[in-house]
Amino acid sequence: MNQQKKIRAVIVDDEELARQVLREFLSSHAEVEITAECANGFEAVKAVAEQKPDLVFLDIQMPKLDGFEVLELIGPGSAVIFVTAYDSYAIKAFEVHAVDYLLKPVGAERFEAALERAKERLGGKLPQQVLPPAELAAAARPPSQYLDRIPVRDGTRVSIIPTAKLDYAEAQDDYVALASEGKKHLKQQTISSLETALDPSRFLRIHRSYIVNLERVARVEPYGKDRHVAVLSNGTQLPVSKTGYTRLRTFLDR
Amino acid sequence: MHPIFSHLRRLALYLLAWVPLAAMLAYLMHATSGISAKDSIVLAVPLCVIYAFICLSAYFSCRATPFDRTTIPKFVITHGMGALVASGIWILIARFMAYALSRTYSFPEIDHEMARAVPLLFGAGVLFYLLSVDLYYVLMAVEASREAEARALQAGILAREAELKALKAQVNPHFLFNSLNSISALTSSDPAKAREMCILLGDFLRRTLGLGEKSAIPLEEELSLIHSFLAVEKVRFGARIQMEENVDKGAMAVPVPPLLLQPLVENAIVHGIANLIEGGRVHLDIKAQNGMLSVLVENNFDPDAPPRRKSGVGLANVRQRLAARYGNQASFDVKANGDLFRVAISIPAQAEASAS
Repeated sequence: MNQQKKIRAVIVDDEELARQVLREFLSSHAEVEITAECANGFEAVKAVAEQKPDLVFLDIQMPKLDGFEVLELIGPGSAVIFVTAYDSYAIKAFEVHAVDYLLKPVGAERFEAALERAKERLGGKLPQQVLPPAELAAAARPPSQYLDRIPVRDGTRVSIIPTAKLDYAEAQDDYVALASEGKKHLKQQTISSLETALDPSRFLRIHRSYIVNLERVARVEPYGKDRHVAVLSNGTQLPVSKTGYTRLRTFLDR
Repeated sequence: MHPIFSHLRRLALYLLAWVPLAAMLAYLMHATSGISAKDSIVLAVPLCVIYAFICLSAYFSCRATPFDRTTIPKFVITHGMGALVASGIWILIARFMAYALSRTYSFPEIDHEMARAVPLLFGAGVLFYLLSVDLYYVLMAVEASREAEARALQAGILAREAELKALKAQVNPHFLFNSLNSISALTSSDPAKAREMCILLGDFLRRTLGLGEKSAIPLEEELSLIHSFLAVEKVRFGARIQMEENVDKGAMAVPVPPLLLQPLVENAIVHGIANLIEGGRVHLDIKAQNGMLSVLVENNFDPDAPPRRKSGVGLANVRQRLAARYGNQASFDVKANGDLFRVAISIPAQAEASAS
């Protein structure tokens, strides 16, 4: 790997003492530079978006956003090492292609091994993650558990959309536009992966490009020859495909 | 143990039941065998007292041939033979008694009269013996059902105890791991503080280990457990935790199940304060009034906090323990209002004898 260029690292943990341990372990590594320390998920997303670090040490349970939500928002640019007291997230962590998973209390040897893996990943010896993190996060979620909130990032700003406040989602190339409370939020995710993450009893794919919150549907009207539109309670009209209409009918007739 | 002979009250009742039998026997002797009324009574009363005791022996043959595990022929033979033997012995005694009485001048005819009454007496003896056999089977059935009832009750108590044991709150291992991580951080930056935290943690663990065996402790002890828990958490979270406490002096001695309130405070920190960047306030309010102990734990929380997978397990455990121990005498109430989360419980303030 490049000897001149330092590895730029960000430490994210809401406990000062937990950050201190990592800082101390890193102090003997001149090749690693800590560019930021963050105490919550919002700060972490902001710091990573601004600094584009090579490596992120990420706690899982934090105020505002948990570690997985942070990872989902910061994208695949940085190598991530999870640091947590909970062993129950380990499988999920590797499914989202974390470099390593350190358990608190963190031992020096284990830490060195994780750092070594991170260097290999950064040096290109280990495969980079191929899917956008939102797809990975969806893949790692247990099938019985549906999203009840969707974090979205606009530059360095993070908003949380509770699924109860989501009116509909619209596919736009590699993104989905999430319509909530009169605003639209863009998120890098395919509409299919969003569909699988949402509760199918509350959200329905009515069109190749649209998922609608069933509670918002006021009525369905015919539109031209054998086509339909769904009219939402706020007046928005969404196109309904043929299969979407059959699905919608079974819900509305119930 | 004989079910009648070994209980004085039952024995008295049993002998009382023989009074009408004696009266009936005397009447029959007088009416059918032509014995004078006076002689009938003089014979029937002592004979019935004697036979009452002879029939007590029927219990042993009943016990040897349990009703539901004996073939019908064996059953008939056992009790038929028993009846014949008992009645035969009784006749012999009666004849001897009549003979002895006839030697006295008061009852010159009694021996002849007795000879005439033998068939009647023999029939009565068989009948009375079989009646007492019947009585013992009824008694044994009653005893058996009472035993079954007691066993069921015992089993119920055991099951409830097992349930309480299983529900006993345990130290959250993540609390331990996080605390150890903090200690590990302090060892190089502030060794004195690291040592202090080791001692705080040790203190908390020792208390919780000791409490596992007890069914109730004074509230004061539970509070001091909460204080050592908070002391550890304050090292981790620093100024983010502000604790307020308002406890009735009179409530300090009230017995409470151990580790019932500590999980409430732990819940307030793990699911409340830990999710707040600037931290927040935990308010503990305990009152004893009208025989009830009311506990209120109120804390700030972030309604938009990321969902935690194990959320609510601690509270569910407390709720189940209350239900198992106090039934509907206890109440448990959880309410989220804006950014305030409150758990209110109330339990009977008296020691629960049944739970020990």
